[in-house]
Amino acid sequence: MKELALMKGNEAIAEAAIRAGVDGYFGYPITPQSEVMEYLTLQKPEERTGMVVLQAESEVASINMLYGAAGTGKKVMTSSSSPGISLMQEGISYIAGAELPCLIVNVVRGGPGLGTIQPSQADYFQSTKGGGHGDYHLIVLAPASVQEMADFVDLAFELAFKYRNPALILSDGLIGQMMEKVELPPQKPRVTEFDQSWVITGKKGRERNIITSLNLDPDKQYEHNLKLKAKYDSMSQDVMFEKIDCDDAEFLLVAYGSSARICQKVVEMARDRGKKVGLLRPQTLFPFPTEEIARMARKVKGMMAVELSSGQMVEDVKLAVNGKVPVHHYGMVGGKIHSPDDVLKAMEEKYMGGY
Amino acid sequence: MEIKDIEPKEMEPKEMELNEIIRPENLVYKRTPLMTDATLSYCPGCGHGTIHRLIMEVVEEMGIQEETIGIAPVGCSVLAYDFMDVDCSQAAHGRAPALATGIKRLWPDKFVFTYQGDGDLAAIGTGETIHACNRGENITIFFVNNGIYGMTGGQMAPTTLEGMKSSTTPYGRNIQAMGPPYKITEMVAQLAGTYYVTRQAVHKPGPVRKAKKAIRKALEVQKEKKGLSFIEFVSNCNSGWKMTPNDSNIWMEEHMFPFYPLGDIKVDGELVQA
Repeated sequence: MKELALMKGNEAIAEAAIRAGVDGYFGYPITPQSEVMEYLTLQKPEERTGMVVLQAESEVASINMLYGAAGTGKKVMTSSSSPGISLMQEGISYIAGAELPCLIVNVVRGGPGLGTIQPSQADYFQSTKGGGHGDYHLIVLAPASVQEMADFVDLAFELAFKYRNPALILSDGLIGQMMEKVELPPQKPRVTEFDQSWVITGKKGRERNIITSLNLDPDKQYEHNLKLKAKYDSMSQDVMFEKIDCDDAEFLLVAYGSSARICQKVVEMARDRGKKVGLLRPQTLFPFPTEEIARMARKVKGMMAVELSSGQMVEDVKLAVNGKVPVHHYGMVGGKIHSPDDVLKAMEEKYMGGY
Repeated sequence: MEIKDIEPKEMEPKEMELNEIIRPENLVYKRTPLMTDATLSYCPGCGHGTIHRLIMEVVEEMGIQEETIGIAPVGCSVLAYDFMDVDCSQAAHGRAPALATGIKRLWPDKFVFTYQGDGDLAAIGTGETIHACNRGENITIFFVNNGIYGMTGGQMAPTTLEGMKSSTTPYGRNIQAMGPPYKITEMVAQLAGTYYVTRQAVHKPGPVRKAKKAIRKALEVQKEKKGLSFIEFVSNCNSGWKMTPNDSNIWMEEHMFPFYPLGDIKVDGELVQA
């Protein structure tokens, strides 16, 4: 029987984490995602599944607790919001370099600096291009509903362990704070068997394992960087996106997360006016649906990337389109949220008139 | 001095005599099996190798090698994992206690230790150190204090003594401008979560024996799940201090020990000295 609940996105992440059999959560409070740890502690996960929840002294500490724990092969996660995620970047770089699986949740707020606690999608570059120092990528999932907040927890761990790479759920203050109906996933048992080829759990019955991102020999670092590159390239097989009204579309909106929700309405409104508009919603931002956007570029007359930023994902859309059709951008900044009317008006007046 | 050719005959030991000496009952020193074959990256004369060896000897004697996880820092001992034959993770600079926390919370029955220098533990990692100690994480922190940043080439550390020269205090540490050195070991002893806090040295056989006992006690504390055990080793950095190894040990006795006195600071959760 379906188990339904009415929850905030942040609460759905927390509940889904317990149900995914997560072993450890290490976090630090920051608006607008504090409900994740609040919900977890209220739920007594140590009694429900044996999951450990620990409030660290800083985001720097929490990401490094994650780094240590991820090396033991257990399922571990943290969550934060933009300034806190910035603080974590050094640790994330180490985790990526050491090739460890874990989950990081970013419930994005407006920046730069302390910025605003209102929703934003301005951490796209940081999330998809690496974020910290060195050549690396995270697996980036972009939920557009409370349901996906719940569903993507298990998916993120599946991908993180498949590639031995940190995964990031890139949400925002809107998806994190809004309440929706959510069908909760079934309870999974916590994992008890670990891949002894790389975990550090004590060298019982095997040679010792070492978790490190250090290669003083440039030849070794060279090989490591090439291996990582090949891994990131191979992730394209797991690209996920949703297409809405794209079959006969003449103009394509590209949007993820909360902007995609707004754009769903824009598509409806445009279709009511007889305009053939479609929406491509990336569910994974890394890997990015480059091929699908390139394919759509052969079918439509123009595209518009819609984001709560002054223009970040639009660069990847342009790279995918590679000049075949005009690619426009509509953005909202400062923690404000565009209305469907705003987007529709911009699309009709500025970009759709010409074709 | 005149160099004489020595006849090969004179160098050959008498077989009978050697065989009489090499007997199990006469063995007082052997290779530590838990140290790997990797060549130590430390400067000749440095204390790190001795401390590594003592820790591995205790791990061997307690029979906990297969349950032990070490955390290497950033600093001279960044490659500690190359030398100690236990599962290891390398940490970001200063974050070893956070890594150890993450591991120990999920694996409470494993033995988890960090191995850190003074810059790592008492400067960039102060926050992680204080909070891991305050929470009473059931881990062991090995802290090697040589009053200088060794790996990066001898810069001032938080523990550099007043007036002491380093590559960033070429005229000596001016405490008006740079603040005084501080005793983080005494600080963490004040925190409720620490159960055993001590300061040791390894520059002579006597201190080495005491240091080994302290390491044993620290890991026994962890075994009994009584809280955090913290050992500072006041050590030399002959390269960074620009001295011969012997001079550096003498200088350490004359200058470091008065400011960083050796001995137990907290035993069984109780402070033993002011």
